[in-house]
Amino acid sequence: MFYREAGDFKTSYQSDQATFTLRLDKILFWGLMAIATFIVPFFVTEYWEKSVFLPFFIYSIAALGLNILTGYCGQVSLGTGGFMAVGAYASFKLMTGIPNLDMFLVIMIAGLVTALVGVLFGLPSLRIKGFYLAVATLASQFFLVWLFNKWEWSYNYSPTGQINAPTRDFLGIDVTGPSTAPWATYLFCLGLLFIFAWITRNLVRGHIGRSWMAIRDMDIAAEIIGVNPLIAKLSAFAVSSFFIGVAGALYFSVWLGAAEPTEAFAIDKSFDVLFMIIIGGLGSILGSMIGAAFIILLPIFFKNVLVGYCGIPTDIAEFTQIIFIGALIIFFLIKEPHGIVAYWRTLKEKLRLWPFPY
Amino acid sequence: MEEKKQNNRIMEVKDITLRFGGVTAIEGVSFDILEGEVRAIIGPNGAGKSSMLNVINGFYHPQQGEVWFNGQKRGAMKPYQIAYQGIARTFQNIALFKGMSTLDNIMTGRFTHMKSGMISQVFWKGKAEKEEYENREAVEKVIDFLEIQTIRKTEVGKLPYGLQKRVELGRALAAEPKLLLLDEPMAGMNVEEKEDMSRFILDVNEEFGTTVALIEHDMGVVMDIADRVVVMDYGKNIGDGTPKEIVSNQKVVDAYLGVSHD
Amino acid sequence: MFFLDPFFYEILISGLLAGVMYALVALGFVLIFKASGIFNFAQGVLALFAALTLVGFQTGQIPFAHLLSLFGLHATHWGAGFPTIVALLFSLGVMVLLAWLIVQIVLKPLVNQEGIILFMATIGLAYVLEGVGDLMWGANVKELNIGLPEGPSEIILDATDMFIDKLEISAAIVAIVLVVSLTLFSQYTKMGRALRAVADDHQAALSVGISLETIWWIVWSVSGLVALVAGVMWGAKSGVQFSLSLIALKALPVLMLGGFTSIPGAIVGGLIIGVGEKLFEFYIGPLIGGATENWFAYMLALLFLLFRPQGLFGEKIIERV
Repeated sequence: MFYREAGDFKTSYQSDQATFTLRLDKILFWGLMAIATFIVPFFVTEYWEKSVFLPFFIYSIAALGLNILTGYCGQVSLGTGGFMAVGAYASFKLMTGIPNLDMFLVIMIAGLVTALVGVLFGLPSLRIKGFYLAVATLASQFFLVWLFNKWEWSYNYSPTGQINAPTRDFLGIDVTGPSTAPWATYLFCLGLLFIFAWITRNLVRGHIGRSWMAIRDMDIAAEIIGVNPLIAKLSAFAVSSFFIGVAGALYFSVWLGAAEPTEAFAIDKSFDVLFMIIIGGLGSILGSMIGAAFIILLPIFFKNVLVGYCGIPTDIAEFTQIIFIGALIIFFLIKEPHGIVAYWRTLKEKLRLWPFPY
Repeated sequence: MEEKKQNNRIMEVKDITLRFGGVTAIEGVSFDILEGEVRAIIGPNGAGKSSMLNVINGFYHPQQGEVWFNGQKRGAMKPYQIAYQGIARTFQNIALFKGMSTLDNIMTGRFTHMKSGMISQVFWKGKAEKEEYENREAVEKVIDFLEIQTIRKTEVGKLPYGLQKRVELGRALAAEPKLLLLDEPMAGMNVEEKEDMSRFILDVNEEFGTTVALIEHDMGVVMDIADRVVVMDYGKNIGDGTPKEIVSNQKVVDAYLGVSHD
Repeated sequence: MFFLDPFFYEILISGLLAGVMYALVALGFVLIFKASGIFNFAQGVLALFAALTLVGFQTGQIPFAHLLSLFGLHATHWGAGFPTIVALLFSLGVMVLLAWLIVQIVLKPLVNQEGIILFMATIGLAYVLEGVGDLMWGANVKELNIGLPEGPSEIILDATDMFIDKLEISAAIVAIVLVVSLTLFSQYTKMGRALRAVADDHQAALSVGISLETIWWIVWSVSGLVALVAGVMWGAKSGVQFSLSLIALKALPVLMLGGFTSIPGAIVGGLIIGVGEKLFEFYIGPLIGGATENWFAYMLALLFLLFRPQGLFGEKIIERV
């Protein structure tokens, strides 16, 4: 009755191509953002910060990155963990090498470094496709993790091989190190997620985004309308790796504070992020975030409900969770290849027509 | 008809030979396309017609022969470079971007006209935004022209076959090509759809002055819309002329009626 | 000169033997890929699952004992277990049953989907199987012994002064026997021809009365058998534990090198990678910090693919427009 476009006429192409075409969507979104920015920070505790919000924001950025490559450009990558490691180690070297550098710049430069590495490992995509490429990206995963294990310069010759984030600030407010306030890291990561979601939106609504989707849907036809596959694929690799590098840098410096490559950037990180975009929705910005929220919250849910409430041993809960995630992947690939976000769209469509069935 | 004959050659293929391993798909074929005409390429299945289009837009590189475009000999070029020269095409089996809407498909056709850089795109300010809306206007013209306003926001994978063919034509038109290649634009259509499509092709040719080269099986359609016809059989050029000349050409009639080659 | 180095030959042979094992795992991939176009990422977990099941039958474990204990059943074993040969047969039966379940639940609904979708589905399958395996038989490291000879081979030691493990030799023999019989099976039996028909064209195969489901079931069962053999060999070498499933990751570069559709490719690719990574680790490894085996195979395959995208023996991909 109230959720529809009636009376909401589009008088320009700008308004027709706006992010939120329905007024109500717009109000809802900005309302939610206002709550997240002005109210939540007053209540956020360290538990919520470290186990819910930071993982959600950071993985959302990584999922957006992978979605650009896989969901929009159609190139499946299993190297996400390795690229996150590049971002993390680049930020570590920057933080320790240039102590006065603002954390925002650290994160951005770490992203740039990862983008370069991403382009390098994206080169095979010009010759090979599909799962050949997916397997080839595993090379980056294994090689990069090995590199950060063996290359002593990368971890400043620390005897344990671990990297630790020193205290650094963003515009004078500490966002890394042991003494940060939960609200500060919360807002820092929320802000970055907002920026990167906005950038994704801008990229996918313009001609660069369309060239990615064209390559994904039919690369031969893309070529005849002028898309250079080399530039389209490598730019997708670059942008995607930039995002993932930023996520890796935040993951290490802001969230964990310390990392060691074999554990923190193992191949299951690559799978986690891939699962986020499959479950959330391939080729969807909202889907990336829904997927991230889902994969982040699921273990917490299993831990609290199965272990805490039902009293099931931790290992059984863990196995159940693995089975559940795997089954869910299969379920979504079979039933709804567009992920949870497709259900959301259907719901919106129903709501728009309400109270009539169609 | 007479005045068109005066026009320049927009495209000329000279003595093209194309082989795949031991199979010769095209053997010593030459013909030209004049600016502003509708040129048909006909011939039985496997005659090498589609391969010829693929040579023209750069998917296949012939072992022998030359391609001249706009009075210049063309070196080895990639298909996307050829798109920038002003050659657009449609495919025999529809090659639309299935996951994108009609609007986005046709917008993608404008790719060669959009030049804003990554930075401008990222912030969606200045050139990126301005360019998007300017090109949207051009695309809306194509949408109006093809009468597909109602399916503007529909995902093309969900459209019926005839409309998909039309959207694909729209994508090629959006590029504002100098030369439009159509590979069996009417395959699988009923009579009414064929009539619609013929009208669109003629309108494109007359209103925008676009040169059209098309492959078609339906001789009726070819007789109606083509200015000149090339006939191919077994990879060879067996006839070239106006539709009238072609139907009275004995070799062509033999090829179509299936007289044995001995 | 390196070929005068006595270590060179020892490394060469141990590399070849390791390569046979890689080839064995890769073979499971090739079989499924040829018959169904599915790149089965779960092959490694299938091997783990098979090995876990075998150990379970051998030692008389009660399946899901851990889960049952939640309901008050605290027994973990029902007895002393089956003799090896019976346990092997039962495990094979479980793999065949599993193959049927996979075809019915996962593959049937995904017929005619793109390869990459099926690939991602098998990643999901890998997770499910890993969870189920752990839940059924427990996640602890298990010893697997089916009575194969072990320790350095005295004959070779006496004759050439080289340490070659007897287990590796027997594994290689088993692998070779398996490879030869599978090749014969696919070339000379009616079923083998049907398999290849399905691989070439699903629709055409259906139209001449070959049931896709049955074929898939058979293929997945055969690759379950290959997984069982691979699981037994690797399990006997280094125990049955989660890391066993990672052998699949070793087999992937073998496939890229050898081509996804070629049985000889899997074998040659396996040998090249087995030898290559051992030699690289021995001669170059110390210069760059060692432990290069994790990535060497991938890098080799990657470089190779840049020049020959279809692999060593893969069919050349001709793209039609």
